[in-house]
Amino acid sequence: MQENENMSHEHDDDAHHDHAHDDNDTIEHTHEHDDDEHHAHAHHGEGFIRKYIFSLDHKMIGKQFLIYGLIMLFLGGGLALLFRWQLAYPETPELEGGKPAKAAKPLPIIGASPKYIDDGEVETGADKMWERVYDSEKEEFIEVNMPSGLIEPHFYNMLFTMHATIMVFFVVVPILVGAFGNFLIPLMIGTRDMAFPILNMLSFWLAVLAAVIMAAGFFVPGGHASAGWTGYAPLSVDPQWTGVGWGLNLWAISLLIQGFSSLVGSINYITTIINMRAPGMTWLRLPLVIWSLFIVAILLLLAFPVLSSALALLIFDRLAGTTFFTSTSEGGGDPLLWQHLFWFFGHPEVYILILPGMGIASELIPVFSRKPIFGYRSMVYAMIAIAFLGWVVWGHHMFQSGMRPGMGAFFMTTTMLIAVPSAIKTFNWLGTMFRGSIRFTTPMLHAIAFVSMFVIGGLSGIYMANTPVDIYIHDTYYIVAHIHYVVFGGSLFAIFGGIIFWFPKMYGRYMNDTLSKIHFWLTFIAFNCTFFPMHILGVGGHMRRISNPMQYEYLQTFEGMNLFITMSAFTLGFVQLILVFNFFWSIYRGKVAEKNPWHVNTLEWEAPTPVPHGNFAQIPTVYRGPYEYSVPGEESDFIPQAQPEHAPASAGD
Amino acid sequence: MLRWWLPENISTFAQGVDDLFRLIYWITVVVFVLVIGTLIIFLIKYRHREGHRAEYIEGSTKLEIIWTAVTTVIVFGLAMLSFPQWNNLKSPAENPDYVVQVRGEQFNWYMIYPGPDNELGTEDDLELENELYVPEDKLVQILLTSKDVIHSFFIPNLRQKQDTLPNRIIDTLKFQAKEPGRYEIPCAELCGFGHSGMVGYLIVQTQEEYDAWVAEQWPE
Repeated sequence: MQENENMSHEHDDDAHHDHAHDDNDTIEHTHEHDDDEHHAHAHHGEGFIRKYIFSLDHKMIGKQFLIYGLIMLFLGGGLALLFRWQLAYPETPELEGGKPAKAAKPLPIIGASPKYIDDGEVETGADKMWERVYDSEKEEFIEVNMPSGLIEPHFYNMLFTMHATIMVFFVVVPILVGAFGNFLIPLMIGTRDMAFPILNMLSFWLAVLAAVIMAAGFFVPGGHASAGWTGYAPLSVDPQWTGVGWGLNLWAISLLIQGFSSLVGSINYITTIINMRAPGMTWLRLPLVIWSLFIVAILLLLAFPVLSSALALLIFDRLAGTTFFTSTSEGGGDPLLWQHLFWFFGHPEVYILILPGMGIASELIPVFSRKPIFGYRSMVYAMIAIAFLGWVVWGHHMFQSGMRPGMGAFFMTTTMLIAVPSAIKTFNWLGTMFRGSIRFTTPMLHAIAFVSMFVIGGLSGIYMANTPVDIYIHDTYYIVAHIHYVVFGGSLFAIFGGIIFWFPKMYGRYMNDTLSKIHFWLTFIAFNCTFFPMHILGVGGHMRRISNPMQYEYLQTFEGMNLFITMSAFTLGFVQLILVFNFFWSIYRGKVAEKNPWHVNTLEWEAPTPVPHGNFAQIPTVYRGPYEYSVPGEESDFIPQAQPEHAPASAGD
Repeated sequence: MLRWWLPENISTFAQGVDDLFRLIYWITVVVFVLVIGTLIIFLIKYRHREGHRAEYIEGSTKLEIIWTAVTTVIVFGLAMLSFPQWNNLKSPAENPDYVVQVRGEQFNWYMIYPGPDNELGTEDDLELENELYVPEDKLVQILLTSKDVIHSFFIPNLRQKQDTLPNRIIDTLKFQAKEPGRYEIPCAELCGFGHSGMVGYLIVQTQEEYDAWVAEQWPE
């Protein structure tokens, strides 16, 4: 293997000698240009602000999106832990045949002592804090929402609304599409940057603006949006139903801006992939992760405007007195219109969340099985099929909505058909491992977890696609389990695997493998302990979005299970600190990585590490598909895409 | 005792939901065991060993066709089995024995009985808060509406659920309960801060009990 690397280096130097000169010139030229506006920190010809903040470089923007997503991941996860606490320790009213009444348990550390709640006697430091909160007039927000550290129903609604909003719009999409898309697309198709670097920067800063506005919503009177991440009208339309004023307006405005960010990004991705592929990089030589990002960019381009228009109408309804989503006795609009618009966007959005994860898994599995991907073409067709079917299944969210029941048959059939491309993909991943030589590196463990969790998430989807069964499990914890198996078990494991896999190319160092492995196993176990029992809750008829299951006699049996889920969720949350520590520690202290540490064929590993401005000294020429591993008759078990057909004889020959 | 399965089914015609659930359960369990079993076998059998090289396989059109076809057949089969159940559960009752209008309103269910004249909107209507009295083995048609936001009328024991919409009457929920008792009717769609705890009760009585209740409510 070592020989092979030397060989390809030599080759690069020989074959591209004359071109290389020209290109180096151009790069130097750009550097000089940057020098004109140079700042105190400059050493690569760029100031600190131009390099790290208002960067035009796709790699830096990708890293910015990654850090942005990780920060939001902790915000979104923290909100989930708060409402999980409430579900573990709710107030139990005395009910027929139930257990005796029990008070809710205040939050740890910031919650007041039971003594303080009962008779106002200050006992702990937290009690003092609460006393101060009640004395001051400024802290009305805390007083109203979280009195003495107990989570009130309104606050609970806000917590799960914001948990989902942040996770979907500010974590998974920015990381999968923003971070991996930006970092990987130019590198893997062999070009120097995105087609529109300034639009690219705009995309990131619009996302930051959206996040700031979303965060501001927590601090306005009435609290943040609390109508669910789906924002069903008329609950979301009229402040009288929720008591939420500007919180929901800011929620809608923020998502509108996030929509522009995605739109700008997707135009950029589509243009770049269509126009800027390296010579020889035909469509069917594209790595599957690029295919997935290309398809996702098209979905984003077509789906987000639908959400944007729905949000605009919602804002008109809320602020200008229109009635698009409310019906009055005199006429007006229709609450179902919101659901149609939202889910017409929402279902492609779900595939936006999972397709890049599939793409990442399709990169990792061949590399660590040392085998070509099984059925490359069928993988591409399956993704295209999923993307197409994604447009005709939105009604399966609305089986119980009052939509004409006759439509149920159509939407059930289209939804169930999605099982076909999903099965093709799963079997192809298995086929890739068949007769391979599997290396259990940490990225591979994540890819395997992705496949197995995606199988569970996919299979549980069949229950809900089935209309008669959906009548019962609709809006129960079954859907919560399903979405988390797909988006956490699927996308997030792919994200973790992808981060560890491409970290050496991003930062020139490895992530610490021991910490990564500990993080993987604890996450895998805690994830399953958290979300698998939710299937059982759902089958038991446990509704989602209720703050106190103990108010229902038939759900009291699940008290222990809710407590177990909460404990697992807290474990899951705290385990992620290992990842964060490992991530930042490894940026500075990780083991220095060589150019192509995992022996991968795709073009990003041809670029020097760390990747300079302009990526490649010489734009590579592509000679073959991305998954030529263990080719018979070849000495090396991988042949990079940029290696010419007839390589010069290696030293061994 | 922790419940691992669906709660008791007291509907006379929704047994099909449980049957479909069980069928899908077994299909998915078998698929899961096969797929994950294969995965584990592959992981063990084809783990990296010194001197062993992966076999260069690019795919197999035959296999792709087989698993595409098999999956398609299974999902179409399931869909075919589901259509009659869906139509059965989501169609208005043809000759209902009783009709009750239910109105969701933050955060209660109001049950409106038409009274002796069998007509809603007349003087002898009876409005009850959170209590729905019905006799056993009788087909009951529910007319659902809402005063404010969307609620969802959910009777777990009858395997029925239907969202309510303001200014609209939805007639696709009907049931026939076979087991006298008291069952909960939670709201399953987020409807505001009181969503959790919005619960009504279905009281299924024998015909005699029900007649006595009617006589009590509408004295001659």
